[in-house]
Amino acid sequence: MKPRSLVSIDDLNTGEILKILDLAAEFEKEPVQKLLEGKVVATLFFEPSTRTRLSFESAINRLGGKIVGFSDASSSSVSKGETLHDTIRMVSSYSDLIVMRHPIEGSARFASEIASVPVINAGDGANQHPTQTLLDMYSIRKTQGTLDGLNIFMVGDLKYGRTVHSLMMAMSRWNTTFNFISPDELKMPDEFKLYLENLGLRYYEHSDFTDIISRADIIYMTRVQKERFSDPIEYEKVKNVYVLKNAMLANTKPNMRILHPLPRVNEIHPDVDSNPKAYYFEQALNGVYTRQAILCSLLGIK
Amino acid sequence: MKERKQLSVSAIENGTVIDHIPARNLFKVIQILGLDHFDSQITFGTNLESKKLGKKAIIKISDKFFEDEDINRIALVAPDAKLNIIRDYEVVEKKVVEVPDTITGIAKCMNPKCITNFEQVTTRFRVVSKKNVSLKCHYCEKITNQENMQII
Repeated sequence: MKPRSLVSIDDLNTGEILKILDLAAEFEKEPVQKLLEGKVVATLFFEPSTRTRLSFESAINRLGGKIVGFSDASSSSVSKGETLHDTIRMVSSYSDLIVMRHPIEGSARFASEIASVPVINAGDGANQHPTQTLLDMYSIRKTQGTLDGLNIFMVGDLKYGRTVHSLMMAMSRWNTTFNFISPDELKMPDEFKLYLENLGLRYYEHSDFTDIISRADIIYMTRVQKERFSDPIEYEKVKNVYVLKNAMLANTKPNMRILHPLPRVNEIHPDVDSNPKAYYFEQALNGVYTRQAILCSLLGIK
Repeated sequence: MKERKQLSVSAIENGTVIDHIPARNLFKVIQILGLDHFDSQITFGTNLESKKLGKKAIIKISDKFFEDEDINRIALVAPDAKLNIIRDYEVVEKKVVEVPDTITGIAKCMNPKCITNFEQVTTRFRVVSKKNVSLKCHYCEKITNQENMQII
């Protein structure tokens, strides 16, 4: 039988998502559980992603597993011209599970078809990053007590932002209201809006959010990158519109929390950090619990 | 003067006639069906007059009867193709092609960053729209639409 992999958030049904979130809550209560004792996990980072790699390695270490792998392709056999196919075949026989990050889209699905062990996609180009989505959902459920009936604000680059697309798709399984706030050049693509319309879910688009911020349960901030703009003047015009400052939070709901996949650059002013509504660093910590849950769940341990 | 009704491509005794192929896609149909590896007698005509297609092509394959699953593979390049099944010079059955739910190894994914354009991977798509054929890549999950479709 083919081992169970996690390539795309759509690989999981709603029950499986909730099971992983429940399991993550158990790990939050008791982070050190030697459930991967004697197991070897390969972390193959064909492009560097320090944050994601450290989060996975922390999760594996807390579970007592051992790690083999590389943190960028230049230190691996890829630099000698080995195909992904061959790398995965080889690493399959060295490990019990593969965590991989790769710049090429679809590489994780391909790897999961070749590997004899489960594959976790830790990001394949602009395509999918399901463990990020699960940790975002864990953070939402933990801070709001539910996933249902929330008003989620997504701010910044909604055109290219892989994390916002996946989170939007996943949260559309519940009765969610979406507010998309972005510059014109970086609006949520039509295919995603059509998806929500077909489900009968409400969404609103804005170019500014100072007037409506009081309605938000969750504000999901993303980076607006200069290189995404064809016209540098457009960037200069909008770059300060999508910056969250502490003064803007005065009339927000008490349960409102601010999330960000990190790293942030300037889109959240440091004066927000001390506000109890800032949740992005806790969110990053939740990533470790969520990844512990995903590792154990795919290996059939929990 | 007496008008002569003449067949551009001579009749076959038994086999399959594939008609209403857009002329420009004739060789793609041949390739998709693997006709270049067949031993049986095959005749074809191309750039024939067609009211519907402008220029059409027709293929007649002796002693060959296709499974629906195989013939539907040509739907991407010849969506209006009609099949006549011939036995003893008579048409015994007519079929039309249907766009299948999944497409394996015929089209190229238009996403230049897709793994199928980097390594030896057979492309796989889910057909998300059959009318204006639109394919979702099994690997990179991006959409390839009709205008950008390339047959491998």
